[in-house]
Amino acid sequence: MPDAPGLELIRQDCNAAHPGAVLDTSFDHDQAALLADPKQILDVLRWLHDTPGQEYRFLSSLHVADYLPAEPRFGVHYELLNMPRVERIRVKAMLAGPEATSNGDAAGAGNPAAPGSGAEEAAGLSGLPGIDSCVELFPTAEFHEREAYDFFGIVFRGHPDLRRILLPEDYVGWPLRRDFPVGGEPVLFTRDEPDSPGWYE
Amino acid sequence: MSTPETLDSAGVTVERQQLEPEQELLTINMGPHHPATHGVLRVIVELEGEVVRDLKPVVGYGHTGIEKSSEDKSYWKVIPFVERMDYLAYFFNMEAFCGAVERLLELEIPDRAKYLRVIHLELNRIHSHLVWLGTSALDLGAISMFWYCFRERDRVLDLFEMSTGQRMHTRYFQVGGVIEDIPPGFGAKLREFVEEMPTRVDQYQALLDRNEIFLHRTRNVGIVSRERLLELGVTGPLLRAAGEPWDMRKTVGTLAYPDLDFRIPVGTVGDGYDRYRVRLAEVRESVEIIRQALEGLPEGPHIADDRKVVLPPRSELPTSMEALIHHFKLVTEGYRVPPGEVYYAVEGPRGELGCYVLADGSAKPARVHVRDPSFVNLQMLRDMCIGGLLADLIQNLAMLDPILGGVDR
Amino acid sequence: MEVERRKIRALSPLDQPSSPDELLARQLRARDMLRGDLEGADLDRYVEERVMTTTLERALNMARANSLFPMTFGLACCAIEMMSMVTSRYDIARFGAEAFRASPRQADMIILSGRVSIKMAPVIRRVYDQMLEPKWAIAMGACSSSGGMFANYAVVQGADKFMPIDVHVPGCPPRPEALLHGFNKLQRLVQENPDPGWRRRYDAIGTEEWARGGPDSRPNPEAAEAYEKARELADA
Repeated sequence: MPDAPGLELIRQDCNAAHPGAVLDTSFDHDQAALLADPKQILDVLRWLHDTPGQEYRFLSSLHVADYLPAEPRFGVHYELLNMPRVERIRVKAMLAGPEATSNGDAAGAGNPAAPGSGAEEAAGLSGLPGIDSCVELFPTAEFHEREAYDFFGIVFRGHPDLRRILLPEDYVGWPLRRDFPVGGEPVLFTRDEPDSPGWYE
Repeated sequence: MSTPETLDSAGVTVERQQLEPEQELLTINMGPHHPATHGVLRVIVELEGEVVRDLKPVVGYGHTGIEKSSEDKSYWKVIPFVERMDYLAYFFNMEAFCGAVERLLELEIPDRAKYLRVIHLELNRIHSHLVWLGTSALDLGAISMFWYCFRERDRVLDLFEMSTGQRMHTRYFQVGGVIEDIPPGFGAKLREFVEEMPTRVDQYQALLDRNEIFLHRTRNVGIVSRERLLELGVTGPLLRAAGEPWDMRKTVGTLAYPDLDFRIPVGTVGDGYDRYRVRLAEVRESVEIIRQALEGLPEGPHIADDRKVVLPPRSELPTSMEALIHHFKLVTEGYRVPPGEVYYAVEGPRGELGCYVLADGSAKPARVHVRDPSFVNLQMLRDMCIGGLLADLIQNLAMLDPILGGVDR
Repeated sequence: MEVERRKIRALSPLDQPSSPDELLARQLRARDMLRGDLEGADLDRYVEERVMTTTLERALNMARANSLFPMTFGLACCAIEMMSMVTSRYDIARFGAEAFRASPRQADMIILSGRVSIKMAPVIRRVYDQMLEPKWAIAMGACSSSGGMFANYAVVQGADKFMPIDVHVPGCPPRPEALLHGFNKLQRLVQENPDPGWRRRYDAIGTEEWARGGPDSRPNPEAAEAYEKARELADA
């Protein structure tokens, strides 16, 4: 784990190479996090991946969290790991929700999705928050990004095969957003038979 | 579909056969109901004759929405949910979630709880590897392995039943420690198991190590280079079989692992046989860890003494008003966790099992995400199989050991 | 090593030969009967001791119930417990159901072992439809019985919503003993052949698909009519 001053150094070095790429740092619960500009997320990741002395070559996990009342709303998290030094660092990029991007006034948020490859895909994906895909840098991100798209409707530009992965392909909605209902329906048991006879018909 | 470029970008070094222009590729669909896919995995395979040219895993047939349901429950009720993700590594799921919440609460767990957790985690690792060995050997035609492995698996489950009351999905780990101390007699029974298990592993090895069919099916099959594995994010025995000694029990060393002496088995080639040998060696090491943890088991409380988080002991409820209030508050509302986010990873039987918890200050988590090793490792199936035979796909899948409950969550 | 053999089940006192001499006498009597020498009351008694009379249908059901072929079909956690039901400790071979079949065409029974997601439900329905009549289904565990703890967007709240289930086994996951108990219930259901009522519930009368093939395998309106008549008679 880089400590808090080390994190500041990383921020300064990275900003020297890519001005404005790292917006903020945070260090709590012994975990280091960089807040990156979503437009330059690939620059930050590549810098952490390639720069001698950093070399975070292993992407443990990529996940999205929905900080609903806050805006920008979606946080894309990259859990990076340097195996020889056993150091972890989290890179966070905040994306504005669909409402903000459709208005086009998202400060510090990613652009709306670029048109996809197919025409119908472009129609379905416009208005969703988007960020650059890091599959070329970290091939392991392929499934993670598909999962993030599946659950939160975040478009990863440049992903080779961005389809739903866990839910059926014709599913409508982004179920892990905080404003999506949990779902479920009441189950009728045999003991309900006296109350509602013939419910099965 | 299967242009030479695809093969090169996958990094597979196999001898490519020249594709005649009139040769046709055959697309077949395996699963989701297929006896050899270890669950509800669906694989779309493109074949040229019997040679696999392209492959796509389709997952999600067991998607349960656990992450969404977790956001709807208070923290102590989430534990049974996360348990049911990777259903052969339930103690690891619990440990990942409880560990993450403990880090959010900045709660230190007592030493005895650390040792008890290690004992149960390692028993779970043995259990998981036994189920893997039984079913994988069954896929390769060795049906007796299935009976032997499940015989020992039932011994492990008897131990779980003794200490926790359930065979599977025990909900034994609690935020702050473990829910109950081990019962009297558990140590003796565990010691008996620890004495016996290495001889059982000898039996498995006598059956499989020099078995001609097994060697033919596994040796030099499904080799993926170490660099490619790291790119793909593969962890666990699959990575260690390729020669990378990455084990978070050693490198990160949470719980009581720094106090215990164990080795990390590492393979050389990274084929199916290495994966088998590494996992069996891990079973032996786990037995050693359990033996040491049982000998060094410290006395003391089994759960942290923080009344804001941990349920008061049952005996205090009739006499202490304060305990009753705490109990009522914890059971009805649950405890509040200060805002923050934590990613905490443990070394599961299949690799890095990480849990990301986002707390917003209420009694329910705002986001629970589990980085499941099966989900990530499944991406290497394509690299393992392209250029090989269709029959080797079964072997590769068996040695990959994906648990579809963990993949789909 | 000396192997000690014991009788698993004591024969009834009538069948129990008390001495080698009596056994010899019985063998002689059996030979007499085969030759046709045994007559009258002797023959009656001999036959009564040894023969059970029943209808062909009941005999058929008895055979069915004691050799049910389950399908190799695992969904989630419960599948592991279902697998351990086959192993030596629980040994479902005692009840004649150890032959797990990978093809739905060969299976008599499907055990839904685990949670049913919305993506999997059409697959299960299709697999179930591919099984030949007569067929039975066990919902193993809370998830496939009622959705269990997963009341959310992804899980079908009980497999009854899309296919008929004969036996529900509670538990999360059920112990193998519980599943064996459920299986024994199913065996009784098969032997006594009661109408489970689901054909009416699901409007499935006359849709039976039998192994014979040919015209019988199509929906049969006459069979439906006959069935309705029989139901009315039974209800009256």
